[in-house]
Amino acid sequence: MEKSIKRYVLFFTLPTLLAFAALFVVPFALGIYLSFTEFTTVNDATWVGLSNYGKAFANPDFQNALWFTSKFTVVSIITVNVLAFLLALLLTRGRKGTNLFRTAFFMPNLIGGIVLGYIWQLILNGILYRYEVTLTFDAKYGFWGLVILMSWQMIGYMMVIYIAGIQSIPKDLFEVAKIEGADRWATVRHVTIPMIMPAITICLFLTMINSLKLFDQNLALTAGAPSKETAMLALDIYNTFYGTPGFEGVGQAKAVVFFVLVALISMIQLSITRRREVEQ
Amino acid sequence: MQRETVRDNTIFVLFLVLMAVFLSPILIVLMNSFKGKFFISDAPFKLPDSTTYVGLENYISGLEKTGFLNAFGMSLLITVLSVLVIVWFTSMTAWYITRVKTGFTKSLYFAFVFSMIVPFQMVMFTMTKVANVLHLDNPLGIVIIYLGFGAGLSVFLYSGFVKSIPVEIEEAVMMDGGNPRQMFFRVVFPILKPIAITVAILNVMWIWNDYLLPYLVIGTEYKTIPIAIQYLRGGYGSIDMGAMMAMLTLAIVPVVIFYLFCQRYIIEGVVAGAVKG
Repeated sequence: MEKSIKRYVLFFTLPTLLAFAALFVVPFALGIYLSFTEFTTVNDATWVGLSNYGKAFANPDFQNALWFTSKFTVVSIITVNVLAFLLALLLTRGRKGTNLFRTAFFMPNLIGGIVLGYIWQLILNGILYRYEVTLTFDAKYGFWGLVILMSWQMIGYMMVIYIAGIQSIPKDLFEVAKIEGADRWATVRHVTIPMIMPAITICLFLTMINSLKLFDQNLALTAGAPSKETAMLALDIYNTFYGTPGFEGVGQAKAVVFFVLVALISMIQLSITRRREVEQ
Repeated sequence: MQRETVRDNTIFVLFLVLMAVFLSPILIVLMNSFKGKFFISDAPFKLPDSTTYVGLENYISGLEKTGFLNAFGMSLLITVLSVLVIVWFTSMTAWYITRVKTGFTKSLYFAFVFSMIVPFQMVMFTMTKVANVLHLDNPLGIVIIYLGFGAGLSVFLYSGFVKSIPVEIEEAVMMDGGNPRQMFFRVVFPILKPIAITVAILNVMWIWNDYLLPYLVIGTEYKTIPIAIQYLRGGYGSIDMGAMMAMLTLAIVPVVIFYLFCQRYIIEGVVAGAVKG
């Protein structure tokens, strides 16, 4: 059968392949090349070796964005997953209204990042106003604002995945735990958590990737203010490209560093948690 | 039995309260969309009263300022076309590279998976340039950009599903003298329906809400909803908070309606997508 399908290779793959090659492969390769050059348009690139990378790492905005993004990612992974898991545990215990609550908690996830940013800007500024400050008064407000926004957006998504995981655990495992006298906490620790390791893997992964790449929410909520202190990596790269003439090469070098960082962390995270899954 | 009912009811009430708190941000935006623009920033949590209530004034000025209706049409056009194109073409590609095992298809699969972890900023500048050169910097061209940049995830999801379909059905059809082209659309594609729905949902959620790609590629000549809203903030001066609240409400309403209709598919799709991802 393979042989007769093979003749249709162009019919099946050509449209996707052309689009993928032109709009991903070429831009990706060109992006790596340009990170070693100085340019304002693609045509006037001159080779400068590693100097863009040197400038990128020496740039205080980039250092701040790296640090801010790392802190944000760690904190939001914890808040999102702990709360999502607790909600999932409770929702799989009661039987009334499970669907209603699942639907409601998931809803923020469908609202776009720009809209989410302005919703929370209104609310957080409304609260902070009583203390006579605003979201952009100090970087710490922007930081916690982003954490709250991210938690609101992602908790429902992760909760839905945790619920699916918990519901797929065979019921007799819980009965055995009960007969052996395990209390609620022991059951969660020794039955639920080990049994849903695949869900934990994927939830940690998704939260991490989404936190590292956050852009729209960041732009709408604080746009980096005060003075770029709350700009995350994606926003800092955007600002370097489109707000700092003559720094396009540095922007591209930052983007390559960003890519390598995201790729490395995803590989490491996936291999660690996948290994744990196998042991269970 | 009795104790379980009591426990069920307690959890139910607890969750009702939690849900109200959780959804309150949306209600606060809705409430403020009916208040005068000078009354929103200082007291966003107060209900509109006789001095602050302005009726539909914010909606009228917001629609004028943003061209929201055009933006809505633009978002709808781009999303529907892109998702159709993605669902159609990536299913064909994924089926082919899963069924035909050569060095070429294996490296192709690897390239698609690889593209999933590449952040947009990595190709932000160069993709915009390529789109320019190829004259894809318009509302129809952007459909092809979404196919190119979104192919990775969709091919990956389809491939995982194709692997789980026994190849015997396809072989039987081929024995009866069908050609692969007809066979794909008559036999394989209908089997792919559940994963096609997942692919469609994940892409709708992404493309409908996407801000940066359409902004960089087609600029503000044709605005989508996220661009129209970001545009309200403007370059300088203060934001018209009234118009902003009204436009946020209008941006949320279609999403909520869409969600309530397709809720089951969306949640199932997200779970299926997550497990595969």
